[in-house]
Parts: sequence; structure tokens; C-alpha cells
Amino acid sequence: MSEQIEPMNEKEISVNDIEFAQIEQTGPKNLFSQMQGFWVTFATMFKKVNTVNYPEVKEPTAERFHGRHQLNRYDDGLEKCIGCELCAWACPADAIYVEGAANTDEHRMSPGERYGRVYQINYLRCIFCGLCIEACPTRALTMTNEYELADETRAKLIFEKEDLLAPLRAGMLMPPHPMYPNTTDTNYYKNEIKSSHPSQEVSN
Amino acid sequence: MTPDTDVIVEQITLVIDGFEVTVPKGTLVIRAAEKLGIQIPRFCDHPLLDPVGACRQCLVDIEINGRAFPKPQASCTIPVEPGMIVKTQLTSPVADKAQKGVMELLLANHPLDCPVCDKGGECPLQNQAMSNGNPEMRLDGVKRTFEKPVAISSSVLLDRERCVLCARCTRFSDQIASDPFITLNERGALQQVGIYEEDPFKSYFSGNTVQICPVGALTGTSYRFRARPFDLVSTPSACEHCASGCDLRTDVRRGKTLRRLAGDDAEVNEEWNCDKGRWAFKYVTATDRLTVPQIRDESGELVTASWPEAISAAAAGLSRGAAVLVGGRATYEDAYGYSKFARVALGTNDIDFRSRISSDEEREFLAARVVNNSTTYRDIDKADHVLLVGFEPEEESPIVFLRINKQFKKRALKVTSIGSKESIAVEKLSANFICVQPGQEAAAVATQELTNKSVILVGERAAESAGLLSATAALADRTGAKLAWIPRRAGERGALAAGAIGNLLPGGRPVSDAAARVDIASLWNVDSLPSEIGRNADQIIADVNSGQISALLVGGVDPLDGPSPAGTIAALEKAFVVSLEIANSEVTKYADVILPVAAITEKSGSFLNWEGRAREFETAVDSLNRSDLRILSMIADELGHSISLGTVANAAKEIATIGNWDGASVATPSVSMASAHSVSGDQAVLTSWRRLLDLGTLQKGEENLAGTARRTVAVISPKRAAALGVVDGDLLRISNGNGWVMLAALVENIHDDAVWAPRNSAGSQLLANLGVAHNSVVTVVKA
Repeated sequence: MSEQIEPMNEKEISVNDIEFAQIEQTGPKNLFSQMQGFWVTFATMFKKVNTVNYPEVKEPTAERFHGRHQLNRYDDGLEKCIGCELCAWACPADAIYVEGAANTDEHRMSPGERYGRVYQINYLRCIFCGLCIEACPTRALTMTNEYELADETRAKLIFEKEDLLAPLRAGMLMPPHPMYPNTTDTNYYKNEIKSSHPSQEVSN
Repeated sequence: MTPDTDVIVEQITLVIDGFEVTVPKGTLVIRAAEKLGIQIPRFCDHPLLDPVGACRQCLVDIEINGRAFPKPQASCTIPVEPGMIVKTQLTSPVADKAQKGVMELLLANHPLDCPVCDKGGECPLQNQAMSNGNPEMRLDGVKRTFEKPVAISSSVLLDRERCVLCARCTRFSDQIASDPFITLNERGALQQVGIYEEDPFKSYFSGNTVQICPVGALTGTSYRFRARPFDLVSTPSACEHCASGCDLRTDVRRGKTLRRLAGDDAEVNEEWNCDKGRWAFKYVTATDRLTVPQIRDESGELVTASWPEAISAAAAGLSRGAAVLVGGRATYEDAYGYSKFARVALGTNDIDFRSRISSDEEREFLAARVVNNSTTYRDIDKADHVLLVGFEPEEESPIVFLRINKQFKKRALKVTSIGSKESIAVEKLSANFICVQPGQEAAAVATQELTNKSVILVGERAAESAGLLSATAALADRTGAKLAWIPRRAGERGALAAGAIGNLLPGGRPVSDAAARVDIASLWNVDSLPSEIGRNADQIIADVNSGQISALLVGGVDPLDGPSPAGTIAALEKAFVVSLEIANSEVTKYADVILPVAAITEKSGSFLNWEGRAREFETAVDSLNRSDLRILSMIADELGHSISLGTVANAAKEIATIGNWDGASVATPSVSMASAHSVSGDQAVLTSWRRLLDLGTLQKGEENLAGTARRTVAVISPKRAAALGVVDGDLLRISNGNGWVMLAALVENIHDDAVWAPRNSAGSQLLANLGVAHNSVVTVVKA
């Protein structure tokens, strides 16, 4: 940096030109007025307590609380996510990263042609606004009430697909596996698949 | 679209939406509206394709001299007329309703699968449905569905249900590429794009159909589901694959190139490019990329080294007397770096960019006729006759082919090709094919009749037949025809201009001219420059083997491209080799110091295309890799002869100050043709060229693209086939003293004495297997 720094114009204002205002004493004038000040504190001691002994005691959140996301599954275990990136597109905080990939007959993760191969949500960025949920065309992404999102490192707060996927419930099979026989992705989308079919079981 | 300044075109004034506009006669209404900034929605309309009026989306109300058309008309098919009053959707409720109706009809069968469609986010249908469509769908029936996707070639997929039948792809294939492998099948509601039963869509230009598809019906296999438009960071680029010099756009997601699209440059590639330029970019991220310098230790093993160690080892080795081999892939600035490095740091003119079969005749021809040549694409547009010499445009410079083809389609441009085998391009251009024995082209060239409006396009393979370049230059002199030399590689014209060749200094200054040397010496701030004309590539290799040269600086060279791969490899083994490479190669196997350099996407710079036009490109991917120039600068500093070319911008600035040589130029060579080979029995004269899609290093890692390569065959004439008792598909064995290749036979129009095989395709690597590629006698027998 060879540029000259312009010297400050010292003539404009100096410390001596500033006038300081006088500070007035405004404390309590006597003991009674001091006691009066503690009345609110005293009265509160006899009120019902709102705090809980967290983390030993946990209270449920409001029903629609925006907590950690979840990637849902169809009732046969196939993933609902199609890797379309609309959630990432909608995200105002750029917290979501998705990479799509093609399903093949040998490796099928979701009904239809496409699935989300990489799915990451960065909870250091997420503002829990829920726009991603609105954008999701297959209801693959919803939010849970899970709010305990704190950890020691930044890396741990980037949740991968396996951290976000819903657990397998009864009747679900772990993908990759084929689609329910004689169905299309439309049947899945209309929620007509209620459980897995024995033919979908493949040794992975 | 090419404005021809020679012809004065009548201007017509019309009114669109109440605004007057004046346009040349023949302009379409939709284009006149564009000039006013009025956007009429459209799908089938494309400025470079003939109007077809297939999609009906661009309906407008038109009135001529008070007489209105009874119904709205497609503005993409109607040329302007004097007194025309056009009302678009902006001022005419009728046109607006008509457009909305058409949009509703197009969407009736279009699936709502935008979330899984690659076009989503950059889709004209999506955008125009939002801007000019009804928000509500009135149809609730079942949409037409097809099995999807259909692979119409290994690199293009078709989702028929998304198609809006605009016929852009089929018109492109028919009108621009002359590869009508796709067409509209069936009629009415069942109409769909399809391929012919037996032929997949094996066009060298198929990627353009993906780019111009206004919906997601055609998608590229390699890019399928990889990203959304908002993920991509786009950088304007230039294509590194051939000397056509296409303008490209490189789209990068998180440091990885995901796709490349053809840019729009009306002077060069118009809006097209070839599939190699579009899809062959994965070599940059190939697994064997070099990242750290390596030095060969006493035991002969390559060990990782620090940059200062490697640079000083390189400098120590090169100081013992070195020559420079820089491949034809270097950028203009890098080539300039090599050129300056050879003269200033190594004190030699022993530099040659021609890592291929070359000759001294060619070197003189380049100095005399090419380095200041100013023939352009525009000259092809205006030519009355195009003569192709040792040049196969579709395989070796595809955009030149498209340009010739455009004029052939438009005005039946006369094309003559001199060679030994009739190619697909020659057939497509209905060219007059002059069939000669390989090596005898010069005689045919000498008898050509051209005018001063003709253009002679001579390829790099002309160097393989003695006397051919001399004869071509003589023909140009005799007839006044324009001459252009079209190399295959992107960097050759730039390397020539930068003086990366033994007989020239930068700017076409002859080494032999003292004034030219003084010019450059003063620019480079050195006392003098070496005055002896440098060795050519073949002599460099020979002199390394004979012990006269002890070190080689090699950048981007494949020994298998040269005239004798065995000799080159022997030289690499013998010499102290400093290799500047992006990935492990045949050269790095034998190198003593390996210095990793930036790939094309990782640096900025420029190429000169065959016209000599600068094709600049910017850094698309951030990396720690340095350009060749930077590394050469470091070695030069270590050698104590600074070349002061730290950055590409520095080099570009220095190059800009050089200017072209205005002194006496080198004399055009006059070499006479060799006598014809006399062949008998099973003997044949080999001829070959490289296919666009083959085993080239820059096509590594892209299997989908490789799947569209043409079949590897050996071509023989019907007469030879009859003599050998061979039919199409029988195996042929082509052999000589060095080795053999075994290929399926194809009986075609080829000289009776000749046999053709692809030069570097799977199963047919002629230079590696036979040691020769052209103008050499081989034995052809039925296997």
C-alpha cells in the first residue's frame, strides 16, 4: 500500500471544545422507597413457577413448533425425497445442499426416476422458517418438534441424509429395494401403498 | 444471419403494438418485435433454423394496409410487409386469448414433473406458462404417458411425454448437422420424436439438440439429475479441443465442472458446438491428476518433492543443454512462455509445438503462409468454391464443417475434396471427390481451377505427403484463392504466432532475419538471441538419441502422436526430462522432474483458432495449480535468465506489444511430390485420420460420449474386397514390419491402392501398433 493516508484535519474540533453535562444523583431518597422497590421480588416468591428442571424434565413443545427436519418414507420404506432441490431453492439461508441421482432397477431408493443422493442441512444456518417444507413437492421433508440442536463442532451440525431420514416403522424395508409390484410413482404419490410386499425384500 | 455487406437490403417499416419499426426485407414479424423489445412467446422459433410454425405459440393479430387476417397468425413464419400493423398479446385481446389457448393445449399432455426434470428452472415452457399462460388448468383428464426415458443415443435421453413437437431438434439435425437420425414419427396426438429403427442418434452434434430443446424432452445423460440452474456458476470459456475456436459457457458446481454449453458467437460457432466440446471435460477431474512436484531419485523412483527442490532440480538438468517440446494444446500465453523460455533461459531455437507427424516443408509453409494468414469463417460464407486438402472437416474441425454445410444448404456451395477415401462429410456436402493414391495429392492439387473467391482449406495431415503444402501454396498463388491452414489442436495457431517453433520468433519474425532478432531481443531485454534455426521435433528426438541433446522440457505431449513412438520413448528414457503435465502420461513415466500444472478450467488465457482469432477464457474452477507460464518463469529465475512472465495477464500484455512482422517473410517452400508407391497383391498404401471421438487423452472418463463414436473399421475398395474375398464385417489384418491391427472390413469408395483405418480409435491405434499412419505400404489380408 503506497497510497498516502490523509492527515486528519485537527483544526475542526478539539477535546477542549466539548462541554460535558453535569451528572445528577437520582438514587432512592429513603429506606421505605428502597423496600418498595423489592416488593415485586417478594410477591413473586409466592407465585407458581414456570421454569422446569431442564434437561431432567422436558415439556412438549407447541404442536407446530419448527424443529429439526425429517426426510420421510413411503409405507414400504422407499424414500419420498426425489432430490429435486426445491427445498434448497426455497431456503433463504442457503442451509440445504442436495444432489440428485438416477434410480436404477438394481439400486432404487425412491419411486420414480430420481432420488436424493446427497442431502445435507446445515443447522448453523437454518432459521427454521419452514419454507423448505412448503416447497417440497412430495412431502418428503417435514419438521419434527425436536429442538435439541447443539453440539461441539461446526461439522457435527451439518446433518447428513442418514441423520435426517425417518426411522423404519413396521412393514417398511430398508432401501434400496424395488417398487411395490405393478405400481408407478403415481400410486406412491397418492399414498396407495400401505405396506411392503414380500417381493420387495432383496438381500442387500 | 450473416449480414452480407455487399448487398443492400430493402428496408421495411411496420407498426407493432403502436410502435413503428424499420427492419430489412425478409425479417420475420417475431424478430421485428424483438427489435422493439416486445417478447412474443415461442417454442419452435430459432433464429438459425428455418421457420416452421409448429408450436403456434407466437400467434398475433396482423393487418396489412387495412385488411386484417381473419385469425391470429404465427409471427415466426410471416415476413414483414410495408403497411403491416401487428398487435401482439400486449395490445390485442384476441392474440392474448389465442396464445393462452395454445399454451393450455401444449400443457394438456405435458407432465407436471418439473421437480425431476433437468430443464426445471431454465425452461422456456415453464417460464412462458408463467408469463403467458392461464394460471388454472381446465382439463382434468388423464395425461398421455410414454415409457421414459428412451436413450436415443448413449449421450442423449428422450422423455417423449414432455415434448411439445416444436421440431427444433429434428430441424437442427436435418438443416444444420445433416444427420437426420431423428424425426417426428406418427401423427396427431400420438406424434413423437423418434429415431430410425436401426440407427441410434449418432451425430457429432447431438448435444445441440439438448441445448435448444425448449422443454426437458431431450436431456444429456451425463448431466441428468446432477444440478439445478441456481447451483451453477457460469464462466465464459473457449473450447480446448480443436482449432474451430468455439465460444463456450462452463457451468461449475462446487469446484466441479458439470456441463458446458455452446456460447453465441455469430462470427465463429454461431450457437452450436460439437459433442466433444460439450461433453469431454471430465479428464480434468480424472483420478490420475498430478498435484505435487515429483523428482526421480538415485534409485530411479519418483518421490514427492517441494516446489523449490523440484524447480532447482529442473533448472540443474535443463542447464546442460536442452530442447523444448510443447504440444499443440498449450494456450497462446503458455506457448509464448515456452518460446521465450527456450530463447532466453535455454539459449536455443530448438523448440517445436508439432507433436505429430510433421515436416520441414510444413515448417516453412507455416512461416511463409500461415502465421500472418487472415482467412476467416466469413470467407467460407462468401466462397464460390471450397477445396479441402488433407482435411476432413467433420472429424478434424467440426464447426468448419457446419459452416461449409450451411452454405451448401443455402446456395449449393461447390466443395471439392482431395484425398484417398470418401468421407461421410464429403457425401453430406455432395462434394466433388478426387480420389488419389495416398501421397499423390499434390498432383491433383496442381490441376485444380479456382477463382479469387475460392477458399482452400488445408489440414495438418497435408504435412504427411511431401510436396502437398508446396503445391497448395502454388495453387493459391496461381488462382488468387484464399488459403487457410486448419490444424486439429486448439493451441497450434497460437503456438505458431508465439514462435514455439524453430524457425520463427513471436509475431511471425523469422529467426534467420537479424532485424527480427534485434526486435525481439530488445523487447525481451537480452543482448542477443540464438541465430541458428532450431531443430524440428523429429531432429530433436533423433539428436537426443544420438546424444547431442541431453535434456528435454516437455509440456503436454503424447509420444504416441508422433511419427515414431518407439524413438520418442527411447529419447525420453535417455534424456533428462522435465515434464509439465496435468496428469500421469507416457511422458511422466520417464520424466526426471514432474511439475503439475493447471488444467484449462483452472486458468485463464486464450487460444488462437485457425483464423488467428483470439478465443479468450477465464478461470472457471479455483485451484492451487499454476499455469505453465508461472512455472517456466520460476525455472528461468533459477537458471538466472529471468523471463518475467509471472501471470497470464503479464504475458498477454507483453504479447500485445509485439505486433506482426512487417519485414521480408520466409520463402514459400517448393518441394516436389514423391513418386507413387507401386503396390501389388496384398500390399496397400495406408491412409488414416483421427476421428472426432476416439481415444484422445482429453476424452478420458466420459463413457456416454464414447458410446456415440463411429464404428472402428478398415475401409477397402470394392476391387480389393473382391480380390481378397471379403465382405462388410469380415476381419482384416493390416500389418507391417512393426506390428498389426485387426479390424472389421467396410467396403466403400476408396482408392484401389489404399486402405483406411481410424488413427487413434479403440483397436486401431496406428502409430502405436504400426508406427505409421499415412502414405506407407502395409499388407492387408483377410484374417
